[in-house]
Amino acid sequence: MTTTVERPELLTPEPAGGPDAHGPGAHGPGGAAPEHAHHEGPSGIVNWLTSTDHKVIGKSYMITSLVLFFLAGVMALVIRAQLMEPNSSVVSYQTYNELFTMHGSLMLYLFAGPFAFGGLANYIVPLQIGAPDMAFPRLNALSYWLYLGGSITMLSGFLVAGGAASFGWVAYAPLSNATNSPGAGADLWLMALALTGFSAIFTGVNLVATIFYLRAPGMTMFRMPIFTWNMLVTAILILIAFPVLFAAVVMLFCDRHFGTHIFSVQGGGSPILWQQLFWFFGHPEVYILALPYFGMVTEVIPVFSRKPLFGYRGMVFATMSIAALSTGVWAHHMFTTGVVLLPFFSLLSYLIAVPTGIKFFNWIGTMWRGQIAFAVPMLFSIGFLFAFLMGGVTGVLLASPPIDFMTHDTYFVVAHFHQVLVGTAVFAAFAGFYFWYPKMFGRMLRESWGKLHFWSLFVGFWVCYTPQYLLGLHGMPRRIATYAPDTGWTTLNVISTVGAFIMGASFLFFFVNLVVSWARPVPAGSNPWDGHTLEWFTTSPPPHHNYTHLPPIRSERPTWDYNHPEHRTVITHRTPGAPPDQPKELTGAPS
Amino acid sequence: MYRAKAPSRRLLTALLVAAPLVLAACNQPSYGASRGATTQGQDTFKLWSAMVTIGIVIGGIVAVLILWSVFRYRRRSEEMPKQFHENVPIEILYTVLPIIIVGFLFAFTVLTENNVDATVAAGATVTSTGKPVVDITVTAFQWGWRFDYPGLNVGVAGTTTHGPDNHGPQMVVPAGQTVQITLVSDDVVHGFYVRDFNFSRYAQPGVTNVFDLTVIHTGTYDGQCTQFCGLYHSDMLFSVRAVTPAGFEQWASSEVAAGNTLQAAGAGAGSSASNTPPPNTRQYHSNAAPAPSTKPKALA
Ligand SMILES: [Cu+2]
Repeated sequence: MTTTVERPELLTPEPAGGPDAHGPGAHGPGGAAPEHAHHEGPSGIVNWLTSTDHKVIGKSYMITSLVLFFLAGVMALVIRAQLMEPNSSVVSYQTYNELFTMHGSLMLYLFAGPFAFGGLANYIVPLQIGAPDMAFPRLNALSYWLYLGGSITMLSGFLVAGGAASFGWVAYAPLSNATNSPGAGADLWLMALALTGFSAIFTGVNLVATIFYLRAPGMTMFRMPIFTWNMLVTAILILIAFPVLFAAVVMLFCDRHFGTHIFSVQGGGSPILWQQLFWFFGHPEVYILALPYFGMVTEVIPVFSRKPLFGYRGMVFATMSIAALSTGVWAHHMFTTGVVLLPFFSLLSYLIAVPTGIKFFNWIGTMWRGQIAFAVPMLFSIGFLFAFLMGGVTGVLLASPPIDFMTHDTYFVVAHFHQVLVGTAVFAAFAGFYFWYPKMFGRMLRESWGKLHFWSLFVGFWVCYTPQYLLGLHGMPRRIATYAPDTGWTTLNVISTVGAFIMGASFLFFFVNLVVSWARPVPAGSNPWDGHTLEWFTTSPPPHHNYTHLPPIRSERPTWDYNHPEHRTVITHRTPGAPPDQPKELTGAPS
Repeated sequence: MYRAKAPSRRLLTALLVAAPLVLAACNQPSYGASRGATTQGQDTFKLWSAMVTIGIVIGGIVAVLILWSVFRYRRRSEEMPKQFHENVPIEILYTVLPIIIVGFLFAFTVLTENNVDATVAAGATVTSTGKPVVDITVTAFQWGWRFDYPGLNVGVAGTTTHGPDNHGPQMVVPAGQTVQITLVSDDVVHGFYVRDFNFSRYAQPGVTNVFDLTVIHTGTYDGQCTQFCGLYHSDMLFSVRAVTPAGFEQWASSEVAAGNTLQAAGAGAGSSASNTPPPNTRQYHSNAAPAPSTKPKALA
């Protein structure tokens, strides 16, 4: 299968010390791994808690965000159980309102984003560009602790009098003011947004600095893997969007506690201002949640098709266009307010379909005439393609103001954004998770359990969300705790709930997979998938500073080029002035 | 080669432009939506139906391409596939073609939007029907609706109830006649939404929204608040009953006779708590009723 070639002389040999032999003593700048490798530092948990290694922090982020994902998933199941029959009273109105608020908040603020940029990107981006760590390791650790603190703060709302925040994840003024939402749960929610918002900003700064300054020799911008490109663009979007959210949160807090009237009509303020500020954050946020996952499937599809990405430059420019457009479409969430310029925001929203289409054609072009292997990461990526296709087409419909008027705040919109977000932050996220798990833990996950996980999730996904489009078209508003029997919504709700529970059950297979794979490890080796990018060159898991040696980096597929010299990536594009395909002197670790 | 493809692309574009226009002439598929009980809702429906058709065609093409690649190019041997990538003509094609489609969709959208959003001057006569506009001020509040008819001195208010017998207050309009709605809110953001009108609009504090509705046939249409507005958001129902113009006159005078007249505080600003509640106002069941904290604000 893989052609074995002898390594060129310019590469230094493998070090004697094992890849897992790293302790906290090696954290100092320039710490030589082998010397510190057998140093007995604080053991286990203390090591973990005090680490500034991007791999340890990345794993902490992933574990924390997955726990929050499952919590939010359980909340979704309670919501679906409540909606399964009319005049239902599984939970009270108040509890229901808290549940959907926290479900949305956990999924969007505490799972989808942090899993991508705090978790996988934190772990993978330095590896993909041949860096020893993130640019600011201590800031990276601070990001994680702010994130963990913010998450606990948000969840603690359930413990205070009056319950958790219950104004939806968008917290529209004036429902979120002190009169309408007097409880401490609302304040905890706001503080959680401030804490996790700064965590995101710090991670964004870190990613930008890392990608600009810590690339290995030969890793030019246009040889960076697409996942790294997408994380760079995501990080820039974070720096654009999250400060605005923080400002809005501070203003709302002042309204609640210090007598300002920024968002209240009575004091001459403007409730609409909250929506403007929130969505100026909120729409870039949608792409902050989506771009990392686009990046993940863009890594997976070429590897399992055994081909280079069809249009590398097109993909980079599509990502940039999406990011640029995403800062100018916030008011398409406000079409029914009657105060925004409809044609402008409609046109920009439509235009996002163009770079998104480019991405689709790239993914298809990559698979075209490939040799596609249906390993679990690829299955999840294909699942993503279909989920995101449906979510994307319905998204184009919603860019039309009249169609938004007819479906806004109904289950049609609920179905649309769940298909987009589950497509990206679940299907693509698990494509990435299954893909990089061997790299992170040095062992394989079981294909059979993974396939059960995928197929049950895929079936549950369509059974759950397809009826919701129809429910919306039949007039069911979102965020209602119950409905009357004569509405005719019961049957579709039953089907949707069944689908939701199938989705829930699919994660039981995931847990079994984790347990079985951990109990009876199958070693992964450094490159189990015949990967393309740099991270597959180092050991699994990588040593403390990631690389003891690097292959020549002459294209966006250095590991592939090294393993398949007879099928090297043909360079059709180069930075102007740079001679094409010139080998560079590469010796030793970059650190 | 790239140049040679241009005519077929133009043909395809022409087909895409023509398809919805052709479809508009036939009985358009509804795809689960209402065909529209108002003239504005019917315009929206035409746009909806055409756009879903285009979406199915384009989404279907993409889905078939994905399925084809997945099944046709599944790994059947260890033979190395050709390592091709980057094809500038194809990349230009799949960039330019979507821009053209998007431009067309946008044009169609703007035309429909202009119809849906068109309002006549308040108190004017609608040229197409020759009938005067009926002005109604709709006030949303936690949790109910108030319908004021300034020209008729009629005011109907109803807080909604929590429980199975809740149907919410009713707005009565003359069928075949344009109704101009002035939509406001007493407290938080609410959503005025009637499924069969294919239309919704926020009721917001500090914002006055004006839109026209022309209900075509007599009948009762269910509406509901769609923007989450607090604890009893789920109960915030209402309905719209379209009656004949004669029936409408009759209804108005019976409401006046029943004492359901305009509230003192002026159109829209009144709330049922500031005056004696009209007879058709229903209160919350005692076990679930929180003190409606927002009521005094309307007096400020
Ligand atoms: Cu409401």
